[in-house]
Amino acid sequence: MKAIHDFLEANIKPNFEKGAKYEKLWPVFDGFYTFLFVPGHTTPAKGAHIRDGIDLKRTMNTVIMALVPCLLFGMWNVGYHHYNALGIDASFVDQFIFGAIKVIPMVIVSYGVGLGLEFLFCVIKGHQIEEGYLVSGMLIPLIMPVDIPLWMVAISVAFAVVIGKEVFGGTGMNIFNPALLARAFAFFAYPTYMSGDKVWINTSVQEGQAVVDGWSGATVLGELATTGTTQYSAFDAFLGLIPGSIGETSTLLILLGAGLLIFTGIGSWRIMLSAVIGGAVMGLIFNAFAGYAISPEQQAFMAVPFWQQLIFGGFAFGVVFMATDPVSGSQTEMGKYYYGFFIGFFAIMIRVFNPAYPEGIMLAILFMNTMAPLIDHYVIQANIKKRQKRLALKTAGA
Amino acid sequence: MAEVLEKEVVEKKPVAKPKEPLFSKKNKKLLTDPFDDNNPITVQVLGICSALAITVKLQPAIVLALSVVFVMAAGNVIVSLMRNLVPNRIRIIVQLVVVASLVVLVDQVLKAFVYDVSKELAVFVGLIITNCIIMGRLEAFALGNKPWKSLLDGIGNAAGYGIILIIVAFFRELLGSGQLMGAQIIPESWYLANGGFYSNNGFMLLPPMALITVGILIWVQRARNTKLIED
Repeated sequence: MKAIHDFLEANIKPNFEKGAKYEKLWPVFDGFYTFLFVPGHTTPAKGAHIRDGIDLKRTMNTVIMALVPCLLFGMWNVGYHHYNALGIDASFVDQFIFGAIKVIPMVIVSYGVGLGLEFLFCVIKGHQIEEGYLVSGMLIPLIMPVDIPLWMVAISVAFAVVIGKEVFGGTGMNIFNPALLARAFAFFAYPTYMSGDKVWINTSVQEGQAVVDGWSGATVLGELATTGTTQYSAFDAFLGLIPGSIGETSTLLILLGAGLLIFTGIGSWRIMLSAVIGGAVMGLIFNAFAGYAISPEQQAFMAVPFWQQLIFGGFAFGVVFMATDPVSGSQTEMGKYYYGFFIGFFAIMIRVFNPAYPEGIMLAILFMNTMAPLIDHYVIQANIKKRQKRLALKTAGA
Repeated sequence: MAEVLEKEVVEKKPVAKPKEPLFSKKNKKLLTDPFDDNNPITVQVLGICSALAITVKLQPAIVLALSVVFVMAAGNVIVSLMRNLVPNRIRIIVQLVVVASLVVLVDQVLKAFVYDVSKELAVFVGLIITNCIIMGRLEAFALGNKPWKSLLDGIGNAAGYGIILIIVAFFRELLGSGQLMGAQIIPESWYLANGGFYSNNGFMLLPPMALITVGILIWVQRARNTKLIED
């Protein structure tokens, strides 16, 4: 590392400094440079704070590490379901390789387009490259169905980066979670490729292969919404052996990622906990009032045990990786409880009451993103009032 | 386009009177200002609702734009002619009556000649009455200016409004349904359903995307015309 550092400092860096040949490309150089080395900033002499080596880039990397298990499992799951649908007994490696061939191009497209646009904006505006896209770029392929055409991924990414982030002023200024915005865009723009029962499992066949008779590619939530029952067991859903967006299926591995996020203090446990409680509460309410459903399918859906609601679909993934986004979520500690609770609450409500949007967690998080500043406002006002009261009591007592 | 045409007209008739020429610099500005510096939609942010509602397809957008041009130009002239006769206290009622009669006129003409479009526009022709741009111009301009100037102002503002409508509708129809004026532009063989690679962007047909398109227009306009950027 020392040798690389010295080489960069001596030979590469001067080319990009002020007045040098590639001065305009300084943000690009800086972006890559700080990938390898912690920037050399120190607290100014008059500063009152201590600067930690953990900057945004390293924070983001931790989240990506937490996502890696989901990504790898997602790749395998894609292959597993593909060969299952064709009725072929494939080895673990075959399944994984098939999935990798499908998923890796999506990751490349997501990063290529997203980072390309970010770099472009940084060079135009002449500010530092912001690392905000590192996590979004990994999240976006993980929340897309495997069969979506790559150019749709590219357009969704472009929309999320430009309209979702750059127009608000870049990383840290966005009011919506960019990854979810990309998914919402794709969902409304290309509904046939983002929902239904055809897109979640790749059934491209070669010669001599055919899809097994009576096979269905619907997700658990899709099945529940239309028939009220599902062919998958709760244990399958917990392990992740269900069709769905690439990275969202395995609750087990999401919990692993959640553990890392909570352990390193990067993801807020308050949001995760209260979202799970919110989802459970809504699930319990549905369990209690299942008799009032308007159709037998809905009744069966409402009667699904509340804990199963939490492991089906993207609920766990959204709660752990997207509701905890520090930018678009609530900032106050107290507000995080409300914010998380309503995410869980609305996610289950939307998925049960509106079969057209089985993935309620996406809309729930985007909705609460909008509400987060409001929640913060009231939390802060309440705190101010409390302290004013205390002050009044004190002065009255004295 | 309109600006270029206007300039040519000016060169052709240099009216050399001691009075103000018909297309003096000031009068020309009345006509051209609403296209850029003072656009009713992108700068004043008025008339947004119709811009969101009827821009799914190009044809209704053009028809509505023309209707507004007519209503606004005629309304401005009539109100300007009456400006010294109408008591101040009832001026809003009078303006409403003028605009409403013009709108009914437009509505009947549309029903008679382009019935399909009229059905598509439905209530939005009637709602021209409530378009804030029209009442705004009557109040702010026609009540205090002579008919000729009011006419230019009316045409300018309505055309500035219409041009945004048409631009938004152009993109929404092209990207949302692959058509322009109802004619297929994107070849059928491109579509995924027919073995191609393309798919229409359904989001473009929903109102939020109209708002975002207007937002992008505002962005582009301000990037080009920096004096609009309020710190």
